Amino acid sequence: MIVRIMGEGQVEVADSHFPELDTLDDDLLAEMERGDGPGFRSTLHALLEKVRELGEPLPVESLEPSELILPSPDATLEEVRELLGDNGLIPGA
Amino acid sequence: MSGVMKRMGMIFRAKANKALDRAEDPRETLDYSYQKQLELLQKVRRGVADVATSRKRLELQLNQLQGQSSKLEDQGRKALALGREDLAREALSRRAALQQQVTDLETQHQTLQGEEEKLTLAAQRLQAKVDAFRTKKETIKATYTAAQAQTRIAESFSGISEEMSDVGVAIQRAEDKTAQLQARAGAIDELLASGALDDQSGLAKDDIQAELDRLSGGTDVELELQRMKAELAGGPAPQQAIEGGERRQDTSGQQQGTPRFDKQ
Repeated sequence: MIVRIMGEGQVEVADSHFPELDTLDDDLLAEMERGDGPGFRSTLHALLEKVRELGEPLPVESLEPSELILPSPDATLEEVRELLGDNGLIPGA
Repeated sequence: MSGVMKRMGMIFRAKANKALDRAEDPRETLDYSYQKQLELLQKVRRGVADVATSRKRLELQLNQLQGQSSKLEDQGRKALALGREDLAREALSRRAALQQQVTDLETQHQTLQGEEEKLTLAAQRLQAKVDAFRTKKETIKATYTAAQAQTRIAESFSGISEEMSDVGVAIQRAEDKTAQLQARAGAIDELLASGALDDQSGLAKDDIQAELDRLSGGTDVELELQRMKAELAGGPAPQQAIEGGERRQDTSGQQQGTPRFDKQ
C-alpha cells in the first residue's frame, strides 16, 4: 500500500507490514487524544522510521492516492489535531 | 476507523472526491484543477523566495551583531590596557548580552534554512506531478467520453489533490515561521537603530569609545607613556591595546556595576 509522509513524499510498503504499523498508529491516536505530547512525538518518529525503512519511494511523477498519510516529523500534536478536525483545515486542492 | 494515518488518508481522499463530485463534466474538472495546480506552484515558489529573503536579512543582522561584538571586545582590551577596568567590564558585559542575541539568531537561521530546503524539494515534487497530470489530462480529454473519463480522472485527480494538500500545509507552516522570524528581525533592527547597540556607521560614537578616545587622545599616547614608565621602572610592559586575547576578562558571574566615567 502507498503511504505518504507529509512534506517528504510517498512510499510503497508491503501489506505484510501493515499489522506492525497499525499498532503504532493506534498508539499515536491514543496519545493524541490524551494530549501526551512527548509520547506522541516519540511514537510519530518510530512510525516514520518504520515507514522509511520498509518503504520504497514512489517515482516523483506518479499520481497515486495514498492509503495512509502520516504527519511530517516536526508536526505538533495540535497541528495534527487540526488536520484531523472536522473543519477540513487542509489548504490547497 | 482507527489510527492517525488511516484517518488522515480518508480525510484527504474525501476532500478530493468532494471536489470531483461538484463537477458536471469531469473533463472540466481536469482543466480547473490544472489551473489550481499552477497557482499553487507559483505560491510555493513565492514561499521559497520569501523564506530566502528572511534568511538573508537574518544573515545581515548576524554580521552586524558580530561586528559589534568584536568591537566591544577590542574596546574592553584597550580599556584594560589603559588601566580602566570599569570601562573594560562595561564593554564586556555589553558584549555578553550581544552574544546571547547572536546565539538566538543563529538558531533561527538554521530553522529558516531547513524550511527553505523543504519547500524547494516540495516545489520540485509538485512540479513533476503537475507535468504528469498535464500529460494525463490531455490523453483523457482526447480519448474518452465523459462517462469513461470518470474513473481515470478520479485516479489522477486524487493523487494530485493529495500532493496539493500536502504542499499547501507545508507552505502554510513556512509562512507562519517566516512571519514569526520577521517580527523578531524587526525587533533586532529597532534595537540596532535605537543605539542600544551602537550603529556600525561610525558616525555616532558610543560612550565607551568616547571615553577611550579621551583617555588616549585619539592615539595610543597614554599607552606609550605607560609602556615607557614601565620600562624605566624595569617592570613588565602593558600589552598593546589590540593584541592577542590572553588578557581577556571573563564576565560571567560578575556584578554589572555602573561605569565610573570621569567627567573632566
